[in-house]
Amino acid sequence: MYCRVWPNRVRMLFYVKVIEAMELLSHYFPLGWQHYLVGGLLIGTGVALLFVVTGLVGGMSTVFTSTWSWVIQKPFFHELRFTGSRVWRLVYAAGLILGALVWWLGVAGGTPQTTSIPVWQLLVGGFLVGYGARLGNGCTSGHGICGLGSLQWPSLLAVLTFMGTAFLTANIAARWLA
Amino acid sequence: MTTEKMTPARLIAVLLAGALFGFGLALSTMVRPEVVLSFLRFQDFGLMLVMGGAVVVTALVYQFAPRLLNRPLLGERFHQHASAWNRSTALGAALFGVGWGLCGVCPGPAIAALGTGNWTMLWALAGISLGALVQGLRVR
Repeated sequence: MYCRVWPNRVRMLFYVKVIEAMELLSHYFPLGWQHYLVGGLLIGTGVALLFVVTGLVGGMSTVFTSTWSWVIQKPFFHELRFTGSRVWRLVYAAGLILGALVWWLGVAGGTPQTTSIPVWQLLVGGFLVGYGARLGNGCTSGHGICGLGSLQWPSLLAVLTFMGTAFLTANIAARWLA
Repeated sequence: MTTEKMTPARLIAVLLAGALFGFGLALSTMVRPEVVLSFLRFQDFGLMLVMGGAVVVTALVYQFAPRLLNRPLLGERFHQHASAWNRSTALGAALFGVGWGLCGVCPGPAIAALGTGNWTMLWALAGISLGALVQGLRVR
């Protein structure tokens, strides 16, 4: 008797658990999770390719300082770390646009993309992002991917710091600006 | 940081690496500020998978490439990301986070978004460029 009943119960319990797990997954990832993981692995592959072939460490925010060195005369912008890397950093940025273009035309069908974030938020938020990333010597890719990838604890502290202030700001803004 | 000569072959590798990065940012929808903000508001945890996936691949290659190769395939030496924890890093990271939480855009996606024909993102790109300029001008 029991030998017949138990397996069914176990199987039922298993199905219930699977359904619960899927519900949990769609709760935390309402838009699916595969494209996030594959995208992240591709980003890592890009950073890894840059390192294996050229030996360079490819954070993204330095390009915003190094490119100014072409027009600004102040000595700071002409430090070797900027003038010595400004060409490849700009090519790296061009690659970023190229890769996104391939996705846009090849995968997304070239439908115009836009954002509903107000212009003032993009401009003011962007200003703080640029100022802060350069003052802190790294952004989500510099500290986040390259810094954590090279197991640097100051980068971990930087990531925890900007995640913290970003959580606070985004939630306060959602409440006050909505 | 010493300057190494950028040969055409090296620049093509840089372009390809950037293209993989940009494709990944677009595929993972990180080029859309709305998605980034929904992570920061705890509505969609996708950004953790993007960051986690990228960090794992990077960490493996950063650890093993210098052990398996004497030098990069087309380069003189492996560079390192040297970060220090000090007042500038702390303040900079905090300000970066405030800006990121306000607009949902960070430097990589601001550039990559142009490849998706999203011209509104030029405002964020302008903001980031100006921020970097002012930071450089304020350095004594």
